[in-house]
Amino acid sequence: MRDLMALTERDDVISLAGGLPDTSTFPPDSYASLMRTVAVNSCARALQYAPTEGLARLKHCIADVMLAEGMEVDLDQVLVTTGGQQVIDLVCKTLIDPGDVIVAEAPTYPGAVPTFCAYQADVVQVTMDRDGMRVDELEATLDELERTGRRPKFIYTVPNFHNPAGVTLSLERRRELVRIAQERELLVLEDNPYGLLRYEGDPLPTLLSLDGGNFVIYASTFSKILSPGVRLGWTVAPRPVLEKMNIGKQASDLCSSSLSQYFVAAYFEAGPWHEYVQSLIEIYRRRRDVMLDALAEHYPREAEWTHPQGGLFIWATLPDYIDTTDLLARALEQRVAFVPGRAAYLDGRGGSSMRLNFSGVDESEIREGIRRIGEVVREQVALYGTLTGVTAVSGARGGDPPVDSAETAAAAHGGDPPVDPATTEPVLPVPDSELAKILRLPANRKRAG
Amino acid sequence: MSRVAVLKGGRSLERQVSLKSGARVEEALGRLGHDVVSVDVGGDLVERLLAERPEVAFIALHGRDGEDGTVQELLEVMGIPYTGSGVSACIRAADKVLAKHAMRDHGIPTPDFYAFNETAFRELGAAVALPAIEERLRFPIVVKPACQGSALGIKFAGSPADVPTALVAAFSYDRKVLLERHVAGRDLAVSILDEDGSPRALPIVEAVPREEDFYDFESRYVIGRTTFVCPAELPEQVAERAASLAVAVFELIGCSGFARVDIMLEAETDELYVLELNSIPGLTETSLLPQAADAAGIGFDELVRRILERAGEGA
Repeated sequence: MRDLMALTERDDVISLAGGLPDTSTFPPDSYASLMRTVAVNSCARALQYAPTEGLARLKHCIADVMLAEGMEVDLDQVLVTTGGQQVIDLVCKTLIDPGDVIVAEAPTYPGAVPTFCAYQADVVQVTMDRDGMRVDELEATLDELERTGRRPKFIYTVPNFHNPAGVTLSLERRRELVRIAQERELLVLEDNPYGLLRYEGDPLPTLLSLDGGNFVIYASTFSKILSPGVRLGWTVAPRPVLEKMNIGKQASDLCSSSLSQYFVAAYFEAGPWHEYVQSLIEIYRRRRDVMLDALAEHYPREAEWTHPQGGLFIWATLPDYIDTTDLLARALEQRVAFVPGRAAYLDGRGGSSMRLNFSGVDESEIREGIRRIGEVVREQVALYGTLTGVTAVSGARGGDPPVDSAETAAAAHGGDPPVDPATTEPVLPVPDSELAKILRLPANRKRAG
Repeated sequence: MSRVAVLKGGRSLERQVSLKSGARVEEALGRLGHDVVSVDVGGDLVERLLAERPEVAFIALHGRDGEDGTVQELLEVMGIPYTGSGVSACIRAADKVLAKHAMRDHGIPTPDFYAFNETAFRELGAAVALPAIEERLRFPIVVKPACQGSALGIKFAGSPADVPTALVAAFSYDRKVLLERHVAGRDLAVSILDEDGSPRALPIVEAVPREEDFYDFESRYVIGRTTFVCPAELPEQVAERAASLAVAVFELIGCSGFARVDIMLEAETDELYVLELNSIPGLTETSLLPQAADAAGIGFDELVRRILERAGEGA
C-alpha cells in the first residue's frame, strides 16, 4: 500500500487522500506583516532555542483557543509540541512498553497506526457507530482484558468529526467514557484537531472539560485552524504524565520551532483569528456538501458513507467484495486517489472502505474526483455481478437525497450488496443501529488483546 | 566515458522501487566515471532527452511504460541506445500471458493457466466457463493481472466462492488476467547476465517465507516476512536444470543484457515450473539480481558496467 500511496502525490492526480487543510486563502500580506512583526520585535529570540514546554506567549494563545471550545486551562499544564502528532508519540514514549495495550476506535486515525506500531503496542480496536465509540463494547473489552490480567495504558479517541470515520462522540457517551476512565482509573488520550471546524449542530463539551483534567490527556493543533506548516500543537495532561512527556520531548527535539511559535503568537495577538476559522468553516462546509452530493450522484447504491458534522473526512464503504487497496490502483489510472480503509485498522479489517478528504481540493475537483472513483466502483460492481451471475443494481442513484436528518451522522443508502432486481426494495433510510455496518465493523465481535 | 541518461520513476505502480533502482545505478555510474543525467520519466521525457542528448540510456524503470517496450520504442525512434532487452522482448515478457504461451509452445514447463480480458466476462459470458476452469486447475488457484510486475493484485482463490473477488481485484491492475494452477513448493529466482553474447545464469536466490503461511502469496513480498537465501540450497542437478530453463526462457523471449526468471520447484513432484521473466528486475539494495551477482563475485558497480557495456544490443 505504501508504494501506491506514494503515487497519490503525483501532480496530475486529484488527491482526496491527504488530510490537508486549505491554506490558499491565508492572505500573503498578513503573513508578510506577521513575519515583519516577528523580525522587528523578536528577531534574536525567534532565532534562538525556546523552552521545552513552549513560549508563555504562545500558551496564552492556546488558552484562548481552548476557551473557544469551553475549556479553561492552567498554563502550567500546557506543553507545546511539534504538531498534534508529537503528542501521540510522546504519550506512547512515556507510557508504552512493548506489548502494552492501547484501546482505540475502529477505524482509528491512520497516522496513529505507525506510532502505535513503532512502540510495539498491542492495539485493541473498539467498534464505532453514528455516536462514536461504543462505550458498551469498550466496557466489555476492558472487562475481558482484565480477566486476562491486562490493563490498557490508555484509550485513544478522536471524539469530534473522527478521522477517518467522520462521526462524533455523543454527549451521553462522552459522560460515559469519562465515568469509565475515572472509575477504572484509566487514562484517555483525547485527540481534538478539528473541534472548531463544525459545520452543523451544537458544540459538545470535550472529555477534558467533563473530566476536569484527572484522567484525560488532551491533544490539539494549530494545523487545521491556521497552518500545518508551522508544525505546532499542544497537550494538556495530568501533571505526572506531563512531566514525563516534557522529558521525552527534550530527548526528541529539545523544543518546537521558536520561529513558528513567535509567528503564531503574533498571529493570535493581532486579533481576528476567529474570523479566519469562520472563513475556513464556510469553505469546508461547501466542500463537504459538494462531496456528499457527488457521492449521491456518482457512487452506486451498494455504497454507503458517513455524514460528518465537521472536520475533513467522509468514510465510505463499498460492498465487501471490493478491496479498496486494489481499487486504488485502478483509481490512480483515472488520476484520482483516496486512502484505503485498511490503513485505519491494525487487524486487517477495513478492506472495503475508503477515507475521502474534502478540505484539500476545490469544489470542481471534488466533483470530478468523486465522479472518477464512482465510475471505477460501478465498473467493479458490474463486473462482480457478471462473475457471480447476479445482476448488480448498478448505476448511480441519480441524486437521491441524503436520507439523514440534519443531526444524523450517517447518510446510508442501499442495503446488502447486489440483489436480484426483481426483489429490489426501494432505497430506504437506514436505521441508526446500522452505522456499524457502514463503518464495516463486525457484529458482536469482542476483541481482546 | 559516456553521457548516460538514467531513466527512473515514471507513472507505474512500481515507481518507488524504480526510484531506488535508479538512484543506486546513478551512484554506480558516477563512480565508474560517467556523466550521469537523472531523468524521472514523465510527460517531458522526449523533450528532456532531446535537450540532454545522452549517448546512451540506462533504463531503471519497472512495470508499465518502462518494462513493456514503450520507453524502448521511443528510444529507438530517437536513436538512443539503451540497456536491456529490445521492444519485442519487453512486450513478450511484460505480458505474462504471451510469455506463458511462448513457453508452453516451446515445451518449457509453466503452470497451466487460462487468461481472459475483462470483455470476455462483460460481453461473452466467460463467467459460465469458470467452473470448468476451476475443475481443470484445481484449487487453490492463483489469479494474476497479466501485466503487473510486482506482487500487487496477485490473489489466491481457495474455493469457487473466492474466485469472483480475486478476479475483481486482479482486474483493478490490468484489463487482462490469468488464472493459474498453484504450484506449491520453493520459490526460486534465476538472474541472467548476458556475457559476450551468451546468457549466463547467476547463483539462484530462494525466497523463504518466515512463517508457514503457505498460500499467502503476498506475504512473500512483505519486508521482514521473507528471507532470501543465495545461493539456494538445491541438489546440483536441480540447480543446473533451473539455470538451463532460465537461459532457455531468456533466449526464447529474445532478451538482451540481463533479466530475472522466476521459477517454482514443486514440492510434491520435484518438477520445475517457470512463472515469468522480468526484463528489468529490481536493482535496489535488497533486489535479487544484485544479490545473485554479488554471490557470483560481481559487485554492483561491475554489474552496472557490464549491463551498460551491452547497451544497444537489444534493438
